[in-house]
Amino acid sequence: MSESIPEAILDKISKTTSQLKPQTESQAVSELPLPSYLEQSDAVAKRFEKLKRREVILEVKGLNKQFDTPQGAVVALKDIHFKTHRREFVCVIGPSGCGKSTLIRTLAGLESPSSGEVLLDGKPVFEPGPDRGMVFQGYTLFPWLTIKRNVMFGIEMQGASRATAESEALQWIDLVGLNDFINAYPHQLSGGMKQRVAIARALANKPRILLMDEPFGALDAQTRSKMQANLLEIWRNIDITILFITHDLDEAIYLADRILVLKAHPGEVNELIEVSVPRPRSAQQSISPEFLATKLRLEELIHPKDDDEDALPLQMVRMSEVGDDVEAVE
Amino acid sequence: MSGIMSGAKSTGVKSTGNTPITTTSSRSNSAPWFVVRKALSARRATMLTAASFLLPLLIWSIVSYVPFIWHPKIEVVEPGSVSWFKPGMLVDRSVFSEQQALSREANTAQPEGFRANPVYLPAPHKVATAFFTSFTTEPKRRSEQWLHESLWHSITIIFWGFTLSSLIGVPIGILCGTYTAVAKINEPFIEFFRYLPAPAFGALAVAILGIHDGPKIAIIFIGTFFQQVLIVSNTTRKLDIALLEAALTLGAKKIQLLFRVVVPGILPDLYRDQRILLGWAWTYLIVAELIGTSSGITWFITQQARYKNFDNVFAAIIMIGMIGLLIDFLLGRLAKHLFPWEKSQGGI
Repeated sequence: MSESIPEAILDKISKTTSQLKPQTESQAVSELPLPSYLEQSDAVAKRFEKLKRREVILEVKGLNKQFDTPQGAVVALKDIHFKTHRREFVCVIGPSGCGKSTLIRTLAGLESPSSGEVLLDGKPVFEPGPDRGMVFQGYTLFPWLTIKRNVMFGIEMQGASRATAESEALQWIDLVGLNDFINAYPHQLSGGMKQRVAIARALANKPRILLMDEPFGALDAQTRSKMQANLLEIWRNIDITILFITHDLDEAIYLADRILVLKAHPGEVNELIEVSVPRPRSAQQSISPEFLATKLRLEELIHPKDDDEDALPLQMVRMSEVGDDVEAVE
Repeated sequence: MSGIMSGAKSTGVKSTGNTPITTTSSRSNSAPWFVVRKALSARRATMLTAASFLLPLLIWSIVSYVPFIWHPKIEVVEPGSVSWFKPGMLVDRSVFSEQQALSREANTAQPEGFRANPVYLPAPHKVATAFFTSFTTEPKRRSEQWLHESLWHSITIIFWGFTLSSLIGVPIGILCGTYTAVAKINEPFIEFFRYLPAPAFGALAVAILGIHDGPKIAIIFIGTFFQQVLIVSNTTRKLDIALLEAALTLGAKKIQLLFRVVVPGILPDLYRDQRILLGWAWTYLIVAELIGTSSGITWFITQQARYKNFDNVFAAIIMIGMIGLLIDFLLGRLAKHLFPWEKSQGGI
């Protein structure tokens, strides 16, 4: 994504964000003629209105999660509230340690909340189930099963016959374009292909919501942007609601209708941003004003200037020959 | 990082600065032998595999065939005037030279002989011959068994001991690795029991199971079972938990989780464990076969040692090794067909 942004603009963004202080926000915005990230075109606003009229698929109410460690209790999630509507694409983003993964694992039923509820179609969920499909960052395909058998796994668990499972699985494999690999084993596939199988495997159960935990985090940039486009294509054509965790700002803006921004220690909802970039999305939009405005806002929320640990200066001493300047023209 | 820094430093010191940074030379012929965790070329691997067998054989041959190396005895050829020497007798070199000196002083006929190794170290060619003659030599008594019968008897003992142990031990191990409750009720006691030496139960086994094959199978069982449960449960615990979580989100329930995820997930590692455990079972064989009435290959070995046919003893010992290695080799080959999803199988 970021490769396609012209250098000059990138430079400007980073300069702006680095100069950003609370009191100079207006000045920064005036420097770069960006609209507010809250500003929505009529079409976008109408779309959100329509989206919010859809039924609620997933509702999270007052979710708290704390882990008991030898050092004492650690609050991972604190008082999380949000709703996801049918066929909405929600991204969850936040700094490391904000409990993104804990949140999605709790939604999947792999962790139980300390308090609060997760409602799917209005009914509380307590344990993992096929109504919430999950795609993990680490692929988690069963290495002993072929691609076809991997996709059949969930369908068979629902009690379908071998033949039914097989014909359904083949359709899903077709959908993700891996027809030629039905009899291959996972270790024979590339990372991107493995993740496509994982998506097909989760969708084959016809879940109400697809939970994706940094699914493209381990992929190289090029494969990742292809996978993002593929995922949008799938989402457009299937009645599926997606909750997608990422730490990549561009990815979140490119994919999401709304972005749930968490903050760390404890993990709390910082802001729920409606992405003003119109759909259908394309990679070219990453230099559009709406995109940049949203990205600017996310940067502010996720990397506040005052507590950036990575900004510690290097204790650099020149250890090369005098005059041997790698960046100098002469 | 440090490489770049030191490189920069050295060019800084050498103000000429025209030393080439990269030295590219063809190193294909002199690739280093010792590189951490790096595969060797096929030729070198074969060479080393051959050498691992040929080197011990070489040492054995040197000790056997080079007369001035070791050979602590003298084989008497001509007793001379020494009344108690007999042709073919092995005496210590010091004793022989003493007698030689005595007869020289007495001016009587001197004994003659040549340097030889003790009877318990037969030369390789003798053992090689024994490989065949031991099979063709008729048992001395009618009640005794031919060698191939003894070997087969040993193999059946191993088979039953190991099979019974696996039938019980593998399921318990898998359950221990899957459910903490099962592990907690079983493992502490098994952990204690595995330190009790299996042969110590010999007398007890004979009292309970009689003097024939029962106690022998029991010793193999005791020697294998307790290790087996612990090893299998550990292997089960090493299964990536993410696979179980993925199965849960796909709707797998308890029994399905066990039989559709845990069992197939650990199968290749379980198979490898079983190969190693089978090797251990073989090491209990000799002790097991001494219990009650001595039987099988152990009976053959002890019998031949009694007759001082050490070439037969060596041949039998090497046969046990060869059978073990052959079975393991075949199991290794089989694994490649059983587990096509495994990228590599260890061992040979």
